[in-house]
Amino acid sequence: MGKQATRVIVNGKSYARVVDARLTLADFLRHELNLTGTHLGCEHGVCGACTVLVDGRTARSCLMFAVQASGCKVTTVEGLAPDGQLSVLQQAFIDNHGLQCGFCTPGMLMTLTELLRDTPDPSEQEVREALTGNLCRCTGYAGIVAAALDAARRLRGAAAKPGAS
Amino acid sequence: MQQLAMDRRVKAGGDDVGTMKPAPFEYHAPRQLKDAAELLARLPNAKLLAGGQSLVPMMNFRYVIVDHLIDLGGIDDLRGVAVVDGALRIGAMTRQRDLEFSPEVAKHCPLLAEALRHVGHRQTRNRGTIGGSLAHADPAAELPAVCAAYDATIHAVSVRGIRQIACREFYTGFMATALTADEMIAAIDLPIWRLGHGHGFHEFARRQGDFAIAGTAALLDLGADNVVRRAALTLFGVTTSPLRVEAAEARLVGKPLDAAAIRAAAAAAWLVEPISDIHAGGDYRRHLAQVLSARALNDAARRAGVEA
Repeated sequence: MGKQATRVIVNGKSYARVVDARLTLADFLRHELNLTGTHLGCEHGVCGACTVLVDGRTARSCLMFAVQASGCKVTTVEGLAPDGQLSVLQQAFIDNHGLQCGFCTPGMLMTLTELLRDTPDPSEQEVREALTGNLCRCTGYAGIVAAALDAARRLRGAAAKPGAS
Repeated sequence: MQQLAMDRRVKAGGDDVGTMKPAPFEYHAPRQLKDAAELLARLPNAKLLAGGQSLVPMMNFRYVIVDHLIDLGGIDDLRGVAVVDGALRIGAMTRQRDLEFSPEVAKHCPLLAEALRHVGHRQTRNRGTIGGSLAHADPAAELPAVCAAYDATIHAVSVRGIRQIACREFYTGFMATALTADEMIAAIDLPIWRLGHGHGFHEFARRQGDFAIAGTAALLDLGADNVVRRAALTLFGVTTSPLRVEAAEARLVGKPLDAAAIRAAAAAAWLVEPISDIHAGGDYRRHLAQVLSARALNDAARRAGVEA
């Protein structure tokens, strides 16, 4: 019952599958595409661990069905470091102790990727407000906020220097 | 034991055991509003999928089990914001995040823009829609309260045609609306208040983005000598559906706006009969209703040009 064709572009690569309509986007990424970087915590839209970008906007992938993402461009945490080269934000997480167990980290990274794209010079309050939808149960958030602000600084610095990557 | 549980899940219809949260359903993705209305009228045990930020959690828990899910996401006619006959007309499937940054909303209905910052989180606002929030009718939700403050008109569509429902008649009880089983929200009209009116919005939640324990939305329009021409005060999270505090409005209209008038109006919030639940008792909600009403009215007064 309820089989449906879906075609989703994930991290720049097109995938066509016939799936159960009730398959969430999160389970589609993890079980159909083996992209297990997207984590599932609560599976009812509270913890934010499963946050991905859908057409450039953050969404909880446990609250979307894979069929709803048909025709959409999805970016997961794997898409942040396509050639194994960590993004500026990811490196800032390491440098600022922005993670301990790492379970919430993929969702944090996706939310902050959207924030830093839309708000290159966020205040600490803006970072904290952006992170209200992502729960971390070990770091206490201070390191995550510091990482976000550090990444913002580094990205602005890179943007100010023409030719710098 | 484990094997038994496994067998049961397989029998329940999952061929990918362990990966399916919601019960099986048939998925429909109409491109036209009339096709959606036709499906809703025809299919048994069908439900509409708007942004899915409330419905999908309930489906994941299997609180809600449907045979047919009608996804409204592909219907372009249900999206957009326009000024029509002195009202801001908002398509039901317009995403909350788009409304948050809409210049039309900021200009004509600033109360809505302010309230949206309290609706869930950026990830849920990216998906969540205004129509979905109104139809879901959570008593603690911000958007129904804003619609009540504006005396919104809800356009409901079915195969039988379209009808307008006044917001006052739309909410009929705890998570209940005047929509019939075959009806869906197509658009919402928010009557535009005079330029220069003031607005205020306050809520108390344990964390940013949580549903409010109590909240209030206020609109004030002042005439000569700061006499209140029009006032709207709505409480949410306090009773089973958004509540216009008419006694408070009556204490304001026709009188000069000052601190005493705001105190008297906010005190009228004391008269409501609040709900009690796991989050807070009725007495605490009544206290919050009064305090938050005063804050919202003060903000509205300041924005209308009066330091009360």
